[in-house]
Amino acid sequence: MTEVPEHLLKRAQAAKDKAAAKSAEAAAPAAPAAESASGGDSRIPAHLLERSKAAKARKEGGAAADDSGGGAVATVAPAAGGGAVAAPTGPVPTGPGGHTQRLLTVVKSGSIQDVKSKPQDKVHTWPHLLIIEFAAALFITAFTTIFSVFVNAPLLELADVNKTPNPSKAPWYFLGLQELLTMFHPMVAGVTIPGMGIFLLILAPYVDKNPSNKPEDRKFAIALMTVHLMFWAVLVMIGSFFRGPGFNFTLPWRDGLFFDL
Amino acid sequence: MAKTMQGSPAQRAQQALTNLNDSVQGSQAWNSIFRPGSIFRKGYSDSPRNRSYVIMNSVLYHLHPVKVKRHAVKVSYTLCLGGLSFFIFILLTVTGIFLMFFYRPTAVNAWDDIYALQTSVTFGLLVRNMHRWGAHLMVLSVFLHMARVFYHGAYKAPREFNWVIGVILLTLTLLLSFTGYLLPWDQLALWAVTVGTNMMGYTPVLGGQVRFVLLGGAEIGTDTLLRWYVLHVLFFPFIIVIFMAIHFWRVRKDGGISGPL
Repeated sequence: MTEVPEHLLKRAQAAKDKAAAKSAEAAAPAAPAAESASGGDSRIPAHLLERSKAAKARKEGGAAADDSGGGAVATVAPAAGGGAVAAPTGPVPTGPGGHTQRLLTVVKSGSIQDVKSKPQDKVHTWPHLLIIEFAAALFITAFTTIFSVFVNAPLLELADVNKTPNPSKAPWYFLGLQELLTMFHPMVAGVTIPGMGIFLLILAPYVDKNPSNKPEDRKFAIALMTVHLMFWAVLVMIGSFFRGPGFNFTLPWRDGLFFDL
Repeated sequence: MAKTMQGSPAQRAQQALTNLNDSVQGSQAWNSIFRPGSIFRKGYSDSPRNRSYVIMNSVLYHLHPVKVKRHAVKVSYTLCLGGLSFFIFILLTVTGIFLMFFYRPTAVNAWDDIYALQTSVTFGLLVRNMHRWGAHLMVLSVFLHMARVFYHGAYKAPREFNWVIGVILLTLTLLLSFTGYLLPWDQLALWAVTVGTNMMGYTPVLGGQVRFVLLGGAEIGTDTLLRWYVLHVLFFPFIIVIFMAIHFWRVRKDGGISGPL
């Protein structure tokens, strides 16, 4: 025969006592009322009184068990058989309202838990974002279509390798490079400088260690980028509008435009 | 049946229309096409659940999460530039496919085909104009998108790599535009590309080879046209779509768009 652990025996005893107390209560329903009246404090809820009574009974039961000691195990075990078998399936509820646990203390979550993601203010993609995207797409389609109705794409005469137009210009986004050609060796203007420009752009997030995205914290980065963008924008504008025959400097309002898109 | 025959002709027509609508929207075919939550389903109503389903149960789920940060839908933050770049790319694909039906990339045919497209194909001139202006618009919007992202510090951790992808996309956009520039085979195209490729010829060490590979020979000719045509309609679109897919995926993986400032 397996030995029943002592704490289980105690628990079974307590449960039995409690059941007995309950049946006694049922037998004499007037008793608790009389007791509370004699106590003179009617504010104590009935279930707390009941619990203290159960605790008292358990104390007595525990004392009895201590008295009987290890020798009593064999005799008590068969009697408590029902309780002992039930015990492993789940602890006997002894708390208020039949709960199996007690609230020891309340610890505020911030002090022991690190809440990483703060709840964010979010909206549904449909309709809030999709409506905007749809409107933007519609606008750009309408703009392109209407612009195309009124302005025709250029189609000059058939290509002729023997007839070099003057000036010969690259597409507008390369006119900055062509402008550089007037100042530097073609390798520097056509390869080194644009290559460096792209390389620096790629490096930007790895060079810029400043974690802030607030404009007031990034004055240097913003100034640098603005200079970079303006550098190309000014070169492209000069190349587009201020370069005429022989790629010499002209004024568009004096000599007209030498520019096709 | 008797019920539908009642009322004035207008009411009967209304009733018939409602019945037709119900039977179409209730059919198995209809419900197999539109998943639950689709706005085309029977009985779509505006509820948080259905707002989620609209995204979750449509192909848009590849692009957008169900919810986005509230500040992300502010037009004043993004100016829609990234989305517009993508949309213009789609517009260019559609108009470009139309143009392909009427164009042969040979020195003998190219210019005549464009001329015929403009003069004798219905909407030919309009679609060519849209393709041309759309291309310039895309270069512009990609460039402005880059500037916007920089000024918002949106390239900072964890978005460094997506910035690199973005710079690659900008380069690919320029290459797409530049390869398309040659295709009309007029004086503008020929000499713009001559200027551009002469610059690339100054690449250190490999210059001569780079130029030879790009031109398909020592001089610009019909081989160059075929080469740039394939680059323009297949090669670069294929590459740029792959990079766009990574770009959009990373936007979501890195926690949606950056900000607020």
